[in-house]
Amino acid sequence: MDTKSIVYIALFAALTAALGLMPPISFAGLGLPPITAQSLGVMLAGAVAGPRRGGLAMLLFIVLVAAGLPLLAGGRGGIGVFLGASGGFLLAWPLCAALIGVLVQARPDASFVTLALAIGLGGLVLMYACGIPWMAFVGKLGLSKSLAIMVAYVPGDLVKVVLATLIVRGLRRAYPTL
Amino acid sequence: MLDLYFPGTSFLHRMSPGPKMLTLMVAATLLFINESLVLTVGALVIVLALYPVAGLTMQQAWKQIRPLLWIFGLFFALQWWFSGLTLAAYVVLRLAALILLASLVTLTTRSSDMIETMTRALGFLRPLGVNPAKVGLAISLALRFIPVLAQITQEVREAQKARGLERSVIAVAMPVAIRTLKMADDISDAIESRGYRS
Repeated sequence: MDTKSIVYIALFAALTAALGLMPPISFAGLGLPPITAQSLGVMLAGAVAGPRRGGLAMLLFIVLVAAGLPLLAGGRGGIGVFLGASGGFLLAWPLCAALIGVLVQARPDASFVTLALAIGLGGLVLMYACGIPWMAFVGKLGLSKSLAIMVAYVPGDLVKVVLATLIVRGLRRAYPTL
Repeated sequence: MLDLYFPGTSFLHRMSPGPKMLTLMVAATLLFINESLVLTVGALVIVLALYPVAGLTMQQAWKQIRPLLWIFGLFFALQWWFSGLTLAAYVVLRLAALILLASLVTLTTRSSDMIETMTRALGFLRPLGVNPAKVGLAISLALRFIPVLAQITQEVREAQKARGLERSVIAVAMPVAIRTLKMADDISDAIESRGYRS
């Protein structure tokens, strides 16, 4: 693997960690967990760095979290988070970034909507498809109830998809050698 | 380096990371397989008893659980409503035991030791083209990039504030993204020009 790939892998792992430092948007009255910016890192890793680099960047991030570094939003980390209710979402990140990368690379001249669809497919649909069964398993909840819980997160994740699409399109214009 | 590690000299601290991780995996699997509330409560008590043994306080154990209270509450309420109190207690206590057990490993193992063990374990993947030294380089670069990214964001935010744009997400995100990609290219050139074999 060339040096540039190693640096990009490290960069996008670090970006995802740095996004965890951003103050989370909490809707306190509802008693739900806050929406964090971290899955934006997954989307950008796949769309900007490509399937291989993006996927490996997320794998690196997960390894660092498992090693006990508090890189998740709210300073969480360690192996415990993977055994918890949101573990499936976290473990899906490398796959999500890789899928986004494959889809985005397949259509380099994608319009806004196509690009947003590609990012949404990997960063929302696939992530939920991996995360919800795990949540149902850990909580012995059954799929429909877990699905219902996750509905609360769809608006926030849609905002992130739009944001990621805007950033990727802007980057392509500003940084054509990407 | 920021780390969740809590220093100590107990047998859990002295145990090497590899066997500790394996023990955790076996214990977690057993907890997942077991269907009995009594066994789950027993496991939870044993895990909690290990905290003082490792020189950790009950406050530290509580700190591991506190961020998850909302989901515990939600799971408990849903299970109680649909399947009864026993299953509700079983699910929540099993989750608590699992997380406390995993946190015990995290709290008694330095991140650096854990990363070293993981990269060493990657040696087995060498035939597949995985180079542990490069994984090590990626890890140290990533850890160094985190504060750099935070600083770049801070600088851009201040610059956009002077233009009255600090509330626009895109006006802050775009310059940060461009600057970090430029930085990544410069760094990879710098690494290569110093003769790093890739």
